[in-house]
Amino acid sequence: MLALIPLFPFLGFVVNATMGRRLPKGVSGGLASLAMLASLAVSLITVLQLRGLSPDARAIEQTLYTWIASGDLNIGLSFRVDPLSAVMILVITGIGSLIHIYSTAYMHDEVDSEFARYFSYLNLFASFMLVLVLGANFPLMFVGWEGVGLCSYLLIGFWFKKKSANDAGKKAFIVNRVGDYAFILGMLAIFAKFGTLDFQAVASAVAAMPAETGFGILSLATLLLFIGATGKSAQIPLYTWLPDAMEGPTPVSALIHAATMVTAGVYMIGRNAVLFSHAPETLTIVAVIGALTALMAGTIGLVQNDIKRVLAYSTVSQLGYMFLAMGVGAFGAGIFHLYTHAFFKACLFLGSGAVIHALHGEQDIRNMGGLKKELPITYWTFLIGAIAIAGVFPLSGFFSKDEILFETFVEGHKLLWTVGALTALLTATYMFRLVFLTFHGERRHDAPAAADAHDAHGHASDDSHRHDAVSHGHGSGSHLHDAPPAMALALIVLAIGSVAAGWIGIPHAIGGHNELATWLEPSFSAPRVAGEAAVSEAAVEAGEAAEAERAALELTLMGVSLTIAVAGIAFAYFVWVKRRRIADNMVREFPGLHRLLLNKYYVDELYDATIVQPIKAASTEGLWRWFDVRVIDGAVNGAASIVDGSAGVLRRLQSGSVRAYAGSLFVGVVVILGYYLWR
Amino acid sequence: MIPLSHYLIVSAVLFSIGTAGVFLRRNLITILLSIEIMLNAVNLSFVAFGRFAGDVDGQIITFFVMTVAAAEAAVGLALVIALFRHRESLNPDAFSSLKW
Repeated sequence: MLALIPLFPFLGFVVNATMGRRLPKGVSGGLASLAMLASLAVSLITVLQLRGLSPDARAIEQTLYTWIASGDLNIGLSFRVDPLSAVMILVITGIGSLIHIYSTAYMHDEVDSEFARYFSYLNLFASFMLVLVLGANFPLMFVGWEGVGLCSYLLIGFWFKKKSANDAGKKAFIVNRVGDYAFILGMLAIFAKFGTLDFQAVASAVAAMPAETGFGILSLATLLLFIGATGKSAQIPLYTWLPDAMEGPTPVSALIHAATMVTAGVYMIGRNAVLFSHAPETLTIVAVIGALTALMAGTIGLVQNDIKRVLAYSTVSQLGYMFLAMGVGAFGAGIFHLYTHAFFKACLFLGSGAVIHALHGEQDIRNMGGLKKELPITYWTFLIGAIAIAGVFPLSGFFSKDEILFETFVEGHKLLWTVGALTALLTATYMFRLVFLTFHGERRHDAPAAADAHDAHGHASDDSHRHDAVSHGHGSGSHLHDAPPAMALALIVLAIGSVAAGWIGIPHAIGGHNELATWLEPSFSAPRVAGEAAVSEAAVEAGEAAEAERAALELTLMGVSLTIAVAGIAFAYFVWVKRRRIADNMVREFPGLHRLLLNKYYVDELYDATIVQPIKAASTEGLWRWFDVRVIDGAVNGAASIVDGSAGVLRRLQSGSVRAYAGSLFVGVVVILGYYLWR
Repeated sequence: MIPLSHYLIVSAVLFSIGTAGVFLRRNLITILLSIEIMLNAVNLSFVAFGRFAGDVDGQIITFFVMTVAAAEAAVGLALVIALFRHRESLNPDAFSSLKW
């Protein structure tokens, strides 16, 4: 039953990959969406089954066969669904289905074969992502981990005729290799320590140990795994690929680079919560990296002009939040934010896709403005997404972000809390800058074209768009089309999700029950031994007193974060709607700072100078000009010239004179016989 | 009775004559004939050894040698004819084109 969940999208991939070019668009797109819906149905049934079990025993496992059996190493092709992976499969199949449906409209201008190729990649991605979250051991997770990386590469470079898209795809792939290398090393460290790679076995073994003090093998293993997570989930120092990944089609950005794949690192830490909580050194690093990433990406997002890049930096920033939560030990809060973020960020990305679609590939917000009237559905859904991500009560982002900040504060990381709160302010500001610049005011055409040629959308090069441009005109006076039905459906459902998704995690402080946290609880602790003593009554009573205090604190912090969100929105309104001149003045006042942010702290340039160029130089001069030409070619050519030289000497024996041969034969016989006779 | 060593000395002398012929003559047919002399020198020693050992093994081997020698002569002469047709010469030094 569990195997069916990744199998459906995989079948969709097989059909579209083999027969896709002969299928009409409706069939290939429909098949792909149906595969996702079927997977969603199976996931729902599975989760319902899971609900029926008692909280301590909530896990369904299915081993298909033994995959690797070699000495001590015994790895099954096993899927396991527990509360944590249940949340993940619902997010992946649910949001995945919506994005598939959205894509059938968004990609409609592609020719049939390209259309089928797109959907085959998308289905393959969903399949691998489901393997990643359902895998019951590290190697199987790694299969999914690498598979989604592959699909990410394929889909970023989907418009492969465009050089920037190809480069972005390669960048994503190569940067991820760095992280994956560390991930493999982490797996090896765990196998060396525990002799198993099964998640539950590792968790049980770790639970029996005391938490590590100082930097030991657990810290090393978890740190290596976390480096793997920084690659996949775009954290410092390996985040640079994600903003470039926006070269891919917008639904891909929504599915892979916002809702699912980039959260794999967060999921991986949640899956190994027991392991990570025994390595406090690593957790501190995780929290600090997460907070720094959140802040840094937030500041960059403040000045970017490409609608998708703003959202990309916002994603990096929100992922930083999730890692902050993981790092302070609030695994439930991290996964909660992962889940709400999937809704509102997918909604925002799809909204930006609808804008780009309506404007025939325009992505620069300096060329937008005033779209509110012409694209009402897009506007309202985008607005809801923006309010949700800004963290306004009672939308989903409020609850999850607040839980993270609260847990950070409670765990005593005041500095990290300040960074998180500052980032919340930035989030509200840059999101509403985006909303106001895109949808409010008048339509503008003042972007310097040359500077942004690099950001141009792949669509524009397609012939299929030309007839649109002819029939509708391309100016500000022309009528723009709002999202077609398939796109509108996805947008509206996701907007509803952005509003309501948080309601399963309403904290106790304001009368909720935080069902999600309770639901996830068993996933973050080691498998219970039967008959273990329950929590004593006294402890429960003591807990209640503390609970009231916590609730008061939580309410205060909620007020603070709500104020921050509203302040951010108000600030954005003031600067970008009321007094447009302030923004320009600020740019003029702080040209250095603006340039620093616009160029993303020059991190790409730094990496290029310190890593890419030295590697290139070493490869050209050292590996190619010296090792390959001198050593490899030298050895091959040297062997040939040795043979040539010795043959030049030896060939003189081959005189061609028959009697000389007979003579040497005779002398040889005489010598041999003489030796035997007189020895 | 003539002792064995006399037969062997005759055989050695014949063999040396044959060897000298193979090395010194420049006519393929003469060389072939010299090889026949060498073979017959060996035959003589076989027969002599057989006679003095008191059994017929030596004579049997001699028959084998003669048979092979007949075949060899046939093949050898055929080759000589083929070579002659090719080069219009019977001098072995003319056939040296397989060298470097």
